[in-house]
Amino acid sequence: MSTIRCDIVSAEKEIFHGNVSMVIATGEMGELGIAPRHAPLITRLKPGQVRLKLENGEEQFFYVSGGILEVQPQVVTVLADTAERAADLDEAAARKAKDEAERAIANRVDAMEIAEAQAQLAQALAQLQALEQLRRSLKH
Amino acid sequence: MAGGREIKTKIKSVQNTRKVTRALEMVSASKIRKAQDLMKASRPYARLMRQAIGHIARANSEYKHPFMVERSEIKRVGYVIVSTDRGLCGGLNTNLFRNLLGQIRAWQDKGVEVDMVCIGQKASAYFRRLKVNMVGSVTHLGERPQIDQLIGVIKVMLDAYTDGRIDRLSLVYNDFVNTMTQKATVDQLLPLPPSDELTSSHSWDYLYEPDPASVLDHVLKRYVESLVYQATLENLASEHAARMVAMKSASDNATKAIGTLTLIYNKARQAAITQEISEIVGGAAAV
Repeated sequence: MSTIRCDIVSAEKEIFHGNVSMVIATGEMGELGIAPRHAPLITRLKPGQVRLKLENGEEQFFYVSGGILEVQPQVVTVLADTAERAADLDEAAARKAKDEAERAIANRVDAMEIAEAQAQLAQALAQLQALEQLRRSLKH
Repeated sequence: MAGGREIKTKIKSVQNTRKVTRALEMVSASKIRKAQDLMKASRPYARLMRQAIGHIARANSEYKHPFMVERSEIKRVGYVIVSTDRGLCGGLNTNLFRNLLGQIRAWQDKGVEVDMVCIGQKASAYFRRLKVNMVGSVTHLGERPQIDQLIGVIKVMLDAYTDGRIDRLSLVYNDFVNTMTQKATVDQLLPLPPSDELTSSHSWDYLYEPDPASVLDHVLKRYVESLVYQATLENLASEHAARMVAMKSASDNATKAIGTLTLIYNKARQAAITQEISEIVGGAAAV
């Protein structure tokens, strides 16, 4: 039985790699079954299961919350999303990033205490350096 | 005994500082391992993504995505800057910013404006004061940055590129080489730099489902996201490495300083004793 290499990865870790005889996934246009020697194909995946038929006939299941399926002559690659993604969620995230920038420009107060403590520590370090120089000058 | 008490106080204070720097050093030493593990875990995705992008670049598609086309005129450029949230990591952020400032100035001399988004508190605190247009910011990513924390800032820039507000997008971060070396790096994200791999001899193309435009759009966005995510992890590892080294040298300096101060203290005490004795002797002689 012919097999094809399959890699399933997400941005944060590797999920599966090995030889399989069939990959079944939910593409945007419907269920896809990829057997070896499938034509090159690239599609988005819908949230759902990716089913692998292994060489020994066993099946393995993985849940992906979306992603990309790429089929090449020698390899099938699933680039899974780690998080639930939707256009409006992305939009909200973008808005939040913009707000954050505006707030940073308007100078936030809550960061002050930390900055103060850091300044004190930095000062102490500078004093240490000065002492170090003093020590050197004493030696000579 | 002149100054004895003051020197003692100073020694105490240096000792306390050393406690802090030692603690920071050890914390970073343990965190750097975790950061490196994260970095390694995310590499397969980045590699396979690059591979897929390489395939796409070589496919003979009729459709050319705007992300892959070099624009003839550059009026405004975008930068994604990855920095740390906390300081006390040596010259890590400063070197990065200095590197970037040179580039910004070069663009501004040519009359090109600069937009930027900042990842990490240090960048947003620094660039707030400069005459650049900060359009997005995200801070407090913590020890395990997640890709969904970064989606917002990336989307801001990708939208700007799609709408034609910026004509080029670059990524600025510290590349983790090893514990002793971190390299300030500027990578061009958009338009995709042409790959130097040879184009394949026979022409082929993907079956795109549903259509090339939407699929490529999706893939290229994910690609940029994965690059920024990878950069964030590299920068995190760099941060801990730089802090570890900086704090180690600070602790060493503190130890030396304590030695010197103790010596000065002992001399002062000895001088005081000698003086006292000579005063007694002198007094006795006078009687």
